Amino acid sequence: MAKRVDATNVTAYYGGFKAIEDINLTVEPKTVTALIGPSGCGKSTFLRSINRMHEVLPGARVEGSLTIDGQNIYDRDVDVTAVRRTIGMVFQRPNPFPTMSIFDNVVAGLRLNGVKRKSVLAETAEKALRSANLWDEVKDRLAKPGAGLSGGQQQRLCIARTIAVEPQVVLMDEPCSALDPISTLAIEDLMFQLKDKFTIIIVTHNMQQAARVSDRTAFFSIEKTGDPGRLIEYDNTQKIFSNPAQKKTEDYITGRFG
Amino acid sequence: MTTTLTSHRSRPPAQPSTLKAKRLPAYASPAIAVAALLVAAALVLGTGVGGPVLVVVVGALLYLAGLFAAATRVEGRRSARDRAWSALIHSAFVLAVLPLASVVWTLVSKGVERLDGNFFGTSMNNIGARDPQGGAYHAIVGTLQQVGIATLITVPLGILCAIYIVEYGRGRFAFTIRFFVDVMTGIPSIVSGLFILAFWVLIVSPVFNDGRPGFSGFAAALALAVLMLPTVVRSTEEMLRLVPAPLREGAYALGVAKWKTILRVVLPTALPGIVTGVMLAVARAAGETAPVLLVAGGGAAINFNPFENNQSSLALYVYQQAGDASKYAPARAWTAALTLVALVLILTIAAKLLARRNRLSR
Repeated sequence: MAKRVDATNVTAYYGGFKAIEDINLTVEPKTVTALIGPSGCGKSTFLRSINRMHEVLPGARVEGSLTIDGQNIYDRDVDVTAVRRTIGMVFQRPNPFPTMSIFDNVVAGLRLNGVKRKSVLAETAEKALRSANLWDEVKDRLAKPGAGLSGGQQQRLCIARTIAVEPQVVLMDEPCSALDPISTLAIEDLMFQLKDKFTIIIVTHNMQQAARVSDRTAFFSIEKTGDPGRLIEYDNTQKIFSNPAQKKTEDYITGRFG
Repeated sequence: MTTTLTSHRSRPPAQPSTLKAKRLPAYASPAIAVAALLVAAALVLGTGVGGPVLVVVVGALLYLAGLFAAATRVEGRRSARDRAWSALIHSAFVLAVLPLASVVWTLVSKGVERLDGNFFGTSMNNIGARDPQGGAYHAIVGTLQQVGIATLITVPLGILCAIYIVEYGRGRFAFTIRFFVDVMTGIPSIVSGLFILAFWVLIVSPVFNDGRPGFSGFAAALALAVLMLPTVVRSTEEMLRLVPAPLREGAYALGVAKWKTILRVVLPTALPGIVTGVMLAVARAAGETAPVLLVAGGGAAINFNPFENNQSSLALYVYQQAGDASKYAPARAWTAALTLVALVLILTIAAKLLARRNRLSR
């Protein structure tokens, strides 16, 4: 199920502002890849361009090519909803649908795409919640609103919602930044398990987290404010954090910059 | 810069030696209020310049001044200002609620006289000036039908228009629509009545009506719809804008199409607010007299068909009864007004309950 992501010369704009320039990067299937870098360096923009969420904002556009197992998702005849079903996304702040119960939240992706069979929905919900390590905590209150859970549970609910549609790639945009250390640990453990089935790309500000969870790490940076973000270095996580090839990377991970 | 830094103003205040401060005793505020009222009563009634209303007004002002003076002496200027402002805010609240309570009390006390089965069971057909009976059945039917049809027209149209403005509209066209919706908000009801009279009653309806202009409840509903539409559009628009963008993105990220995201995620989230906006529009429409008078013409008999012949409405009925020479008419007008308020209240409560039932219990 997991797929390879190939970015070639990806450049993204917000209106007239060029946010990232010429990103070239290949993510192997069934790995966790961390995108790190200072604020405003375009890592979130790059992440959002992988499942065409970037263009949701007015005036935003992407150039270059992004292929999933050889298929360019920016081709003219590509169905955006199909792309997003293949490449799921977890956001920085947990965003469960407030009008839906826990159960409805988990199966929202299926139900809103036309799956009606009760048995299928129930089965998928349990499977997704179990994968997200949330089943035991919520199995007795599936009909309660998703917004009533704690922050960490809400984020795992959002992960369950994302993996319920069985994507091939899961993008996570600082999924732990609003969470306490225990919830963060729960989600990091979860990433470790999910790696068996999905390709995971995660944006994080927390370098220990990047070092803990990822196989490969990409370091993004900008020259100065207003310049587009660029990919500085992309290598095995161990190499990046022990012996980076670029001076900038070393400065960043040792805390001398950014 | 150095001068301002060392000037008296920006110097930090000296650290207080104790955290405790003198407070006015708890009985001070009511005591000052009673004293202020007594002084005001003596002043106003003693000199004979006014009645009880002026006593309350002067008393309230004296109370504010007295409280401020007492608090300044005992507690210092900062907390005196705090007390004076909070007293002012509370009196502003009372002032705002008083007319409302007074309206409700007047309606109930004067409306109960004719609050009987006859009022709700009969029309004004064949009721002369000397007949104590007569009711508002025809007017209730008219109000429900006219407001109902107007709501059926405005709610889908208004919500779709708001969705266009918020979710799809870009550039000049959306801006223009927004601008004209704003302009429409200010249309006086008589103008919308005249518009429907000129456009629908005099030009369009003769086509179906053997060349004669057709006054009807439906024409009144059209005029009310013109009045309701901008309210529904604007309130729905505001509510849709309040739905956080991450919710939409969350749905998009699941591969849900835009229209379905709007229908299943955005609208349900905004529903309680939209319902409130619709009910405000309904309340306004139910109280309109002029358009109904112009294009439905009123009428004393029960007419269940909104598409043919004259219809009345509660607001119009109140207007007609209040101006009627019969000595039984004012009581009917009061009861009709009470009925109208109760009707709007019931509709609002029902709509809110319905909107809440869709939300999950916490």
